[in-house]
Amino acid sequence: MSTAQLPAEPRTQTDKSSISWRRILWITAIVLTVIFSLAPILWQVLTSFKTNADIEAVPTVYLPTRFTLQHYIEIFARRPFANYMFNSGFVAVTSTLLCLLLGTPAAYALARLRLPGERIILAIVLVVTLFPYILLFLGLLEIVRATGLANNYLALIIPYTAMNIPLTILVMRSFFQQLPRDLEDSAKVDGYSTWKMLLHILLPMTIPALVTTGILTFIASWNEFLFALTFITRESMKTIPVAVAQLSGTTVFEIPYGAQAAATVVGTLPLVVLVLLFQRRIVQGLTSGAVKG
Amino acid sequence: MTTTIRERERRTGWMLIIPAMLVLAFVYAYPIARSFWLSLFTENLGTQLQPVFSGLNNYGRMIQDGRFWQTIANTMVFTISTLVLELILGMGIALVLNQAFKGRGAVRTIAIIPWALPTALIATTWAWIFNDQFGVVNDILLRLGIIDTGINWLGNPAPAMLSVIIADVWKTTSFVAILLLAGLQSISNDLYEAHSIDGASPWQSFRQITLPLLMPQILIASLFRFAQAFGIFDLIQVMTGGGPGGATETVSIYIYATVMRYLDFGYGAALVVVTFVLLVAVVALAAFFLSKLRTATTGDA
Amino acid sequence: MAKLELSHLNKTYSPKIIPVKDVSLDVDDGEFLTLLGPSGCGKSTILRLIAGLEQPTRGEIRIDGKNVTQHSPGDRNIAMVFQSYALYPHMTVYDNMASGLKLKRVSSEEIRRRIEQVSLFLGLGNLMQRKPGQLSGGQRQRVALGRALVRQPDVFLLDEPLSNLDALLREQVRAELKQIFESQNTPVVYVTHDQTEAMTLSTKVAVLSNGDLQQLDPPRRIYTHPANRFVAGFVGSPQMNLLDLKCEGKFAILGNYKIPLPGRMTPPPEITLGVRPEHVRLAEPSDTHTLQGKVILKENLGMSDLLSVKVKGAENQTLRALLPSDRPWSAEEVTLALPPDLIHWFDVETGDRLTSENLQPVY
Repeated sequence: MSTAQLPAEPRTQTDKSSISWRRILWITAIVLTVIFSLAPILWQVLTSFKTNADIEAVPTVYLPTRFTLQHYIEIFARRPFANYMFNSGFVAVTSTLLCLLLGTPAAYALARLRLPGERIILAIVLVVTLFPYILLFLGLLEIVRATGLANNYLALIIPYTAMNIPLTILVMRSFFQQLPRDLEDSAKVDGYSTWKMLLHILLPMTIPALVTTGILTFIASWNEFLFALTFITRESMKTIPVAVAQLSGTTVFEIPYGAQAAATVVGTLPLVVLVLLFQRRIVQGLTSGAVKG
Repeated sequence: MTTTIRERERRTGWMLIIPAMLVLAFVYAYPIARSFWLSLFTENLGTQLQPVFSGLNNYGRMIQDGRFWQTIANTMVFTISTLVLELILGMGIALVLNQAFKGRGAVRTIAIIPWALPTALIATTWAWIFNDQFGVVNDILLRLGIIDTGINWLGNPAPAMLSVIIADVWKTTSFVAILLLAGLQSISNDLYEAHSIDGASPWQSFRQITLPLLMPQILIASLFRFAQAFGIFDLIQVMTGGGPGGATETVSIYIYATVMRYLDFGYGAALVVVTFVLLVAVVALAAFFLSKLRTATTGDA
Repeated sequence: MAKLELSHLNKTYSPKIIPVKDVSLDVDDGEFLTLLGPSGCGKSTILRLIAGLEQPTRGEIRIDGKNVTQHSPGDRNIAMVFQSYALYPHMTVYDNMASGLKLKRVSSEEIRRRIEQVSLFLGLGNLMQRKPGQLSGGQRQRVALGRALVRQPDVFLLDEPLSNLDALLREQVRAELKQIFESQNTPVVYVTHDQTEAMTLSTKVAVLSNGDLQQLDPPRRIYTHPANRFVAGFVGSPQMNLLDLKCEGKFAILGNYKIPLPGRMTPPPEITLGVRPEHVRLAEPSDTHTLQGKVILKENLGMSDLLSVKVKGAENQTLRALLPSDRPWSAEEVTLALPPDLIHWFDVETGDRLTSENLQPVY
């Protein structure tokens, strides 16, 4: 990885004051980046621990006068929040696995097997990643109604699988292309069929790339809103994004800010953990999916 | 007849690829094709939800539909302003993340977090931040003496649009930054050193080396962001629901309302078709420029 | 019937890219054939065609008389050693060697027996449970060899197996390779661009250029009787002197000197003279045909010096001579002799070797 870039210090102007000036500028920029990225979330975190009195104080009370877990207790005790979490998790994990199962072989075929028309297939896959889901929802709604899949996990798993297949193909294809060809040739000479080779030789080497892709598809599935909003209406089947967005009090004027903040914190926690653990992989996956494809 | 190795390889190839393609066809191709077909019918409460063939009536209706044109205008305002702001901010963040400093990994991690979070949840966060009574934005502006009374951000047309734009910029700038960072990392440091030995200022280096070499990434990021912003749904649906008075209603929100609230399936389908065609046209145009640019910079198509 | 037969193999990618044009050759049991040539000459493609990793545009490949042109690589009963060794990184050494046999449904007892035997032979005994990542380059190379040997294939294919080793190790492994394959009595096809490997290992060398077979002969003969100008220039180090000379009567003219053409040849207007630097020697009083020149460059090669000599009367011709480094040589006038029986003649146009037999008689 290359390091320091841009403003390389001009050689003509190396007096100390200008250098430290520049340093201060960069440090400010770094601090601003951190504040920009974290402030809104931290504000939700703070809100989630405040009492209702602090939340609705005017002027705003910044640091809670008293920490409370009341909002967390509320979302889990009075609302089926554990249920929402399970729904989101189940749908996201299942569709991620399905997506890898379907997308990885396709990616391999597109990387190595020189199919006629593969450029067209790739172009279609690339364009499909750009379609907003609103274009699909009317047609899918009809299918969901016709097949009675409403309020069924499948109504989400199938579209989530499909919407992540293009990304899977792009990321995995660029990974397969980087693998040394000799290994596959060696397997062929050893007598492996393409299927067996994928399973026994390539799969073990592909695990890092599968993890990368899996994280991206998991995040996308966990976050999806439109289909979850449209195809799932039963309270116990709802996923986190819809449940949090619809979290409301008994009247319009009684928005439960604290509960909403707590729900947001809980609902984003799995994703924050993923980012903390896999920052490098996420960056790698995003760039190979978008740039190299 | 024995088959050749090549034929067997191809057959295996198709077997590997077809399941994925079938799923894509089922979830992408069919619904869009179906919308084309459905757009030729009137199917709403007036026809008791039975499809009645009406040719291009839905499209004729669209031309006279002021609300449709308003949503197109809203979508363009939203798309263009978020795109420009995200590119500028994303470039800044990418430059910061590309610097060598202690704790860079941690800062990179922090910078990705907004991208990873569910948009719907972020929407509630920003709705809370822009809350007219207890929102922190009003509080800060009041304390700074910039305003005298709190602004009803989400209740007035222009401030509402500004709010959703800010929320979207916050959410997706990190995506742009990641793509641009990848581009920055591929630019050799030697170029900058040679350039500064020639006496160029950092600003000149940025203009003459970074920007031109980063053009492919900038275009790709713009393309992705354009498509996503053009179809924006969850953020606005949760923050404002398209309000107040349709001021933040984008095409997606309008399509959703047409289908789910007014149960006007035929007209909804026509709206889907028009959105699809617009999007494909822009993507084709962008892809054309991108391939031209690639040929120009690297020499291969 | 030869064990491995290639007949009229052709591989065409596009009208302009034809890595293999028309190659026919046989390899028998116990024969060690080396495909030798510069990069891009098609040698690796030929090996991949034999393995079935690529398919020929035309032509046939037969193993044991059976046409295997359209058989999958795994059905040809071949073993291949790759330049990068291509060991499966997630498998132990033992499993790497066993994987091909398992797929062939060889009994696990038989697998164990063969692996034990080969690992004893190659000294791999204590590495069996390691993974490739924990091995040195030389050890990996040995495992790759072992994996090929346990297969007991009909043909061994080796693709530049030594090029990833450092120079010292390479010489040692080269000697081992020779021993190993001499004991196998199975045809071996070996690809390399290194002529030392070709000369030391092979029983037959096929020199290739631009997808065409230039010469197929035992290594000694490739050296002594290069079939054409390309082979003459490619094989042998330092490179053979190749000088285009005008002809007068039955002599080729080099500066002030006349070199007699062999046999009863009608001299063409021009001819290419080839003589290896190691065959150029200092003239002795008994020599009748000598030439004089001035040393313009001396390169010390250790036990001898490589001299570049500007030939008197032919200012644009330089002759290189390998002479013992017992004199300072610099800027010296020397008198050299070219032994007539060690001179090669080539057609200027076609580059083909000219001998007294294939030239028209004078009378």
